[in-house]
Amino acid sequence: MSLSPDEASRFAHLLSSKAEPLAARWAELVAAGLRGRLSSAELRRQTSELQRAFQQAFDAGATDLTSEAAAELRAQLDELSTNRARQGFTATETAISVYAFKEATLEILGSVDDATTLRDYVAFSGFVDRAALFTFDSYVRVRESLIADQAEQLLELSTPVVKLWEGVVAVPLVGTLDSARAQVVMERLLQTLVDTGSPYAIIDITGVPAVDTQVAQHILKTVVAARLMGADCIISGIRPQIAQTIVALGIEFGDIATKASLADALRYVISQNKRAGR
Amino acid sequence: MNDESQRLPVDTDRDVVRVRQLVRTVAVAVKLSLVDQTKIVTAASELARNTLVYGGGGEVEVTRVHNERRAGIRIVFADQGPGIVDLDLALTDGYTTGGGLGLGLSGARRLVDEFDIDTEAGKGTTITIVKWCR
Amino acid sequence: MERVPVLKIGDILLVSIQIDMEDQVALQLQEDLADKIVATGTHGVIIDISALDIVDSFVGRTLATIASVSRVLDAETVVVGMRPAVAITLVELGLSLPGIRTALNVELGIAMIGTRDLSGLLDDEDEDEPDQAAVTAP
Repeated sequence: MSLSPDEASRFAHLLSSKAEPLAARWAELVAAGLRGRLSSAELRRQTSELQRAFQQAFDAGATDLTSEAAAELRAQLDELSTNRARQGFTATETAISVYAFKEATLEILGSVDDATTLRDYVAFSGFVDRAALFTFDSYVRVRESLIADQAEQLLELSTPVVKLWEGVVAVPLVGTLDSARAQVVMERLLQTLVDTGSPYAIIDITGVPAVDTQVAQHILKTVVAARLMGADCIISGIRPQIAQTIVALGIEFGDIATKASLADALRYVISQNKRAGR
Repeated sequence: MNDESQRLPVDTDRDVVRVRQLVRTVAVAVKLSLVDQTKIVTAASELARNTLVYGGGGEVEVTRVHNERRAGIRIVFADQGPGIVDLDLALTDGYTTGGGLGLGLSGARRLVDEFDIDTEAGKGTTITIVKWCR
Repeated sequence: MERVPVLKIGDILLVSIQIDMEDQVALQLQEDLADKIVATGTHGVIIDISALDIVDSFVGRTLATIASVSRVLDAETVVVGMRPAVAITLVELGLSLPGIRTALNVELGIAMIGTRDLSGLLDDEDEDEPDQAAVTAP
């Protein structure tokens, strides 16, 4: 449902003539919904800005939220949802911030007694509903991107590659290794070998609760890839039950060096290094 | 929904290099990760060489593809050569008739997400591979 | 046809592959290197592949052949600078390049050839020991 140009201009007029009380009442209603988690001054500023954006949109003859004249309003709504999403408000709380505009307008209009005003109000109400849905969409979009960012950060956090000694880097793996993470670890480790020119890498799996065939395959592939590049991998921190699993699954670790602890692995590497005369 | 495809003949060594370069350009354009770019270019190199050596030359078609969720790259290698008589055997690791390492077909299959082969003795071989963005 | 240059630096032959090689170019390199090893009497060959964005089975096989031929001509070949993405792809492809020694960069490659000469002087026989960085099949 869209507004007629006449309705839009009548509302633009109403919003500008009643700007102050409208924005104030609107802010009050929103504040009640958010239970004091935003200051009233802050809310007041937001509702004033939104109210102005609505008014400008109607002034410019916006009959629909998607029309060109409503571009600024959409940008404002987008910003509102982005802030609400980042501040941890729920989707409902965000949408209510827009819906409250209808309530405030109705109160300001007073008792509706003629059919024209009523029809106007229904059209206006439809427009605001559309605006609220729009904030809902933006809210979801922002939350999704937040979640994606966090997942990526988590991946970054959980896979550090550290230089342990001259020519020796280590990856302490902590937590469950799924295929995606194993791939990230593998690529990061190999890149670090190149960047630091380290011929030895220690993969420490003390913090890995379980190893399944797929994870073991990923580790094995990493070791073989490192060898192709001219580096040696040592696996340390294999816990008893993981050793049991590896054998039970029939995974062949072949001639890959395995050590009980990171310290043992480092000692082994240093002795290898001496032998090689490096 | 698919974009326009690009075709290249495969009749010389030089053409195999051109196929690699085209596949890399398209793989970068669809934003495959570096490792996935490397995998698809390597697979294309193996299969384009097969087209040249075993198929007696042919044609390669490279297309950007999309499904509902992601973008990808599809490459079709077609020749009118002698075809593959025993497909199972040809797909076995280490099997070769061309003096290579015998990793061409089976190896290329491991590097891609979709691998489809259509061959008939005396009629030629068409291999289609697809790699999707993660 | 393009040609990959073979440089002599000190006692070592250095080959840095900077182009996307046609198969013929790779085979030409194999021949050129064998000639050059004999002509210079070198004992070490370094092949730098850090500029290669892929290594397929043909290039892999050529590298293996170069290493074998060099060995027959009493020269050690070390392939250096393989990119991580290339290594991961080779593993997936099933190519483990047995018999090829590898190092992360030219410097480590040269050191590897150096230790071989040195250990040859110090010990009588340590050929039985496995090459510590030699690539073995998984």
